Amino acid sequence: MRQIFGRPASLTDVPMHYCPGCTHGIIHRLVAEVMDELGIREKTIGIASVGCSVFAYEYFNCDMQQASHGRAPAVATGIKRVWPDRVVFTYQGDGDLASIGAGEIVHAAARGENITVIFVNNAVYGMTGGQMAPTTLLGQKTTTTPLGREARRNGMPVRVVELLSQLDGPAYLARVSVHNPKMVNTAKRAIRAAFQAQLDGRGFSLVEVLSTCPTNWGLTPVEALKWLEDNMIPYYPLGEVRTPSSASRQAGVPAAASTATAPTPAAFGATGTAPATRGKEGE
Amino acid sequence: MARVTFNEQRCKSCELCVSVCPQGIIFLADEINLKGFHPARVTEMDKCTGCAFCARMCPDQVIEVFAEGGKPVHA
Ligand SMILES: Cc1ncc(C[n+]2csc(CCOP(=O)(O)OP(=O)(O)O)c2C)c(N)n1
Ligand code: SF4
Ligand code: SF4
Ligand code: SF4
Ligand SMILES: [Mg+2]
Repeated sequence: MRQIFGRPASLTDVPMHYCPGCTHGIIHRLVAEVMDELGIREKTIGIASVGCSVFAYEYFNCDMQQASHGRAPAVATGIKRVWPDRVVFTYQGDGDLASIGAGEIVHAAARGENITVIFVNNAVYGMTGGQMAPTTLLGQKTTTTPLGREARRNGMPVRVVELLSQLDGPAYLARVSVHNPKMVNTAKRAIRAAFQAQLDGRGFSLVEVLSTCPTNWGLTPVEALKWLEDNMIPYYPLGEVRTPSSASRQAGVPAAASTATAPTPAAFGATGTAPATRGKEGE
Repeated sequence: MARVTFNEQRCKSCELCVSVCPQGIIFLADEINLKGFHPARVTEMDKCTGCAFCARMCPDQVIEVFAEGGKPVHA
């Protein structure tokens, strides 16, 4: 018998500190598998952010740099411009990217910076004990929304992929999930496409990965996967919103015309979830 | 013919592997590992198809999969 599955070489052998069943570990492995398969480990520089994945530099077996909270896209910009032949990616949570780092991510995307962003949306600030994030769902209980997020008091959850799709800079934008083995495979395809876009010099790429935080959601790891599927996916539809081919079709088209088309994610072949209805938004 | 191995000291008893195994052959052992978790194990290895669903869902890189003439998923 031969080995058909094991730890990718782009992950170190260091045991991960994540809570039991936290899907950060799955997402780490997918990024590492893609590095292995593209043969880019020796020329990749990862940027760890602030959040539960702050120790990502211990786990990725490539060069790593730690950035302060929210600043990973700016740090990645500097590194990529100094080392244009390297592959540069950030790994950021939703608090890091969509809250304190909202400015950095929007401008890195707007500039079409040739970097790849792995954006882990678990609808909460995990590391600091489960406070509301910009991505927390309506009705979701957190330590700062003990009765559940309310639109009037807290505003609506932010859809980062759709927000960035209003810009002409991004070459690749997709949202995926890791709540079952099939979705894990789809997520890997998207991460691979994002790194490929960077290798082809197409510009900014971002993959939003819906992820669980069993600890702060107060659920078992298995219940958390189900909660993600039942609650996050209806609000955060899965699919590719921008690909290099759709982006190049837009080249030369006036910005107003090109941005009018993109926002609804296209399902990944037959495997993605169809664009969800948005009926619940106003409730 | 397929076989899975568990690096038991890394297991955190999250049961994601248990929940996705189509053959229902993974269970948590009664004893505990050095971290204090009940490690996941396979009872009837002859029923394992080598689908690697368990390994794909394991967040802690506990599981390796071996198969006869199998196509590598990631090895
Ligand atoms: C400048 C600064 N402000 C606030 C914090 C506190 N802090 C640490 S992690 C974090 C949020 C992390 O949430 P997220 O990015 O969603 O990552 P997760 O832990 O959920 O993976 C905050 C607010 C900090 N470390 N630095
Ligand atoms: S607090 Fe949440 S996001 Fe952080 S390691 Fe634990 S489960 Fe994962
Ligand atoms: S490889 Fe498939 S059949 Fe075998 S233990 Fe894992 S999930 Fe079950
Ligand atoms: S998924 Fe991994 S860590 Fe979780 S119970 Fe199974 S082997 Fe253990
Ligand atoms: Mg978070």
